[in-house]
Amino acid sequence: MNPQPIVGPEAEKTPELKSPDNAASVFQPHSFPLYRFFLEVTLLTKFTARYFKEVLKPPYEFNELIRQCYLIGYKSFPLVSVTGFIMGLVLTIQSRPTLAEFGAESWLPAMVAVSIIREIGPVITALIFAGKVGSGIGAELASMKVTEQIDAMEVSGMNPFKYIVVTRIAAATIMLPALVVIADTISLYGAYIGVNLKGDVNVHLFLSQVFEKLAFIDVLPALIKTLFFGFSVGLIGCYKGYNSNKGTEGVGEAANASVVYASLMIFIIDMIAVQITSFMM
Amino acid sequence: MEKILVEIEHLKKAFGSKNVLMDINLRIKEGENLVVLGKSGSGKSVLIKCMVGLIEPDEGKISVLGKCIGDLKEDELNQVRKKIGFLFQSGALYDSMTVRENLEFPLRELKSKKEEKDQLVVEALQHVGLEEAIDKMPSELSGGMRKRVGLARTLILKPEIILYDEPTTGLDPITSKEISKLIIEIQKKHNTSSVIITHDVECARITGDRLVIIKEGECVAEGTFTELQSSKDEWVRSFFE
Ligand SMILES: Nc1ncnc2c1ncn2[C@@H]1O[C@H](COP(=O)(O)OP(=O)(O)O)[C@@H](O)[C@H]1O
Ligand SMILES: [Mg+2]
Repeated sequence: MNPQPIVGPEAEKTPELKSPDNAASVFQPHSFPLYRFFLEVTLLTKFTARYFKEVLKPPYEFNELIRQCYLIGYKSFPLVSVTGFIMGLVLTIQSRPTLAEFGAESWLPAMVAVSIIREIGPVITALIFAGKVGSGIGAELASMKVTEQIDAMEVSGMNPFKYIVVTRIAAATIMLPALVVIADTISLYGAYIGVNLKGDVNVHLFLSQVFEKLAFIDVLPALIKTLFFGFSVGLIGCYKGYNSNKGTEGVGEAANASVVYASLMIFIIDMIAVQITSFMM
Repeated sequence: MEKILVEIEHLKKAFGSKNVLMDINLRIKEGENLVVLGKSGSGKSVLIKCMVGLIEPDEGKISVLGKCIGDLKEDELNQVRKKIGFLFQSGALYDSMTVRENLEFPLRELKSKKEEKDQLVVEALQHVGLEEAIDKMPSELSGGMRKRVGLARTLILKPEIILYDEPTTGLDPITSKEISKLIIEIQKKHNTSSVIITHDVECARITGDRLVIIKEGECVAEGTFTELQSSKDEWVRSFFE
């Protein structure tokens, strides 16, 4: 074979560089799903530990944190508002017939408010957040990795983990609770409109009915769990993006995996949270 | 005696079962432009990434500016890294920042005044002939411009050693030549030492004081451009055809 000095797939075919055996005959732990699962969990745990180590260590990247809060939080505001409104409206319209059957239509505002604040507001908003922000972070970091931006930061003597990862996870953790509060509020407004489609309840009556049934125990645990939702969306997006190693196709993969695993995490955390709150009550 | 800035001994690196670098021995002297030639996928990028500690070698010793890279703690490594410039293959500009912010980034830890930093940024851009692009985003720049901005960012900390990863790949012949000349100019002006990785023969001819060819993870030939061009080894000669 004539040597080809220039580019090309030829380079990959050099026989000496290949493994001596056929890949199938060699023990390859990477092909076992269970092994891969535990490997992934270990790596994610290490990644999380590194986050907590670096988030406390000065110097802090305040400017970048604020920029990320703006990009992650403020830019998600319209989407979260619209879905929040529709959520409240639809939930009210859907619930009315059932309550009417029991002659309990006057319970409509309170019932809808409790469902929104306790469960639907946080979870739906977090899922939308995972879809928008989680995939965005995953894709952005993976493409920074492919185009060697993360390496470039590292060789200029900076700490890319601190600048890129810590700020994004922190911003996601801070901003999701804020977005949920906004979504809940707009959702209640949607519920108010839903109630008034077929009835006549003025704002004062609506609000007094809502807050009569809403206790502290509904609001606080719901907000605390959104902190964890936000944290896991940021964490998984960053983890998938930062460790992406497969070139251009890795970008799509990282975005996809971020949404899938972050959504899964949201449900798992939700399940744990409901156990804890019901235990405390 | 000439000062040796980088010394690599018996460097080995494998990814899984794939041996990329088998036994690399290199020395880079002060003020010298060393060109590393090799086919695509021969491990050239891996080699220079080992020099700055981005990739950890399996075996071997790398000392840069008198410090052994493998033994350094994070802070010490960062101090050494600040004296090394690295021009990435794609320029590696930060997409979310303007050209100005890109150039300011390496200066973040410098305790000088805002005006002084501005001055440094403008100077660095003048150096590569791109002052007018200062407020553009990287996405608005052409491939050649991105490489130049990347070069300006690399130069802004006045490194003692510059590592160029394929500085002319993907550029048209004229721009390639301009970049090659720029590399020479930088070396003359600051008396830096450089490692230039390439498979572009023209770039190697213009920039290289000494050339090394990598094949199958080892250095197979070494010499000046004319020496290697008239080498007895047919494989070596084929690079220059
Ligand atoms: N981080 C990595 N993980 C696994 N394999 C890698 C990694 N980096 C490089 N390689 C492999 O090492 C070989 C040499 O790569 P590289 O140094 O980029 O070649 P080039 O000489 O074209 O710069 C390639 O086959 C590549 O697949
Ligand atoms: Mg390369």
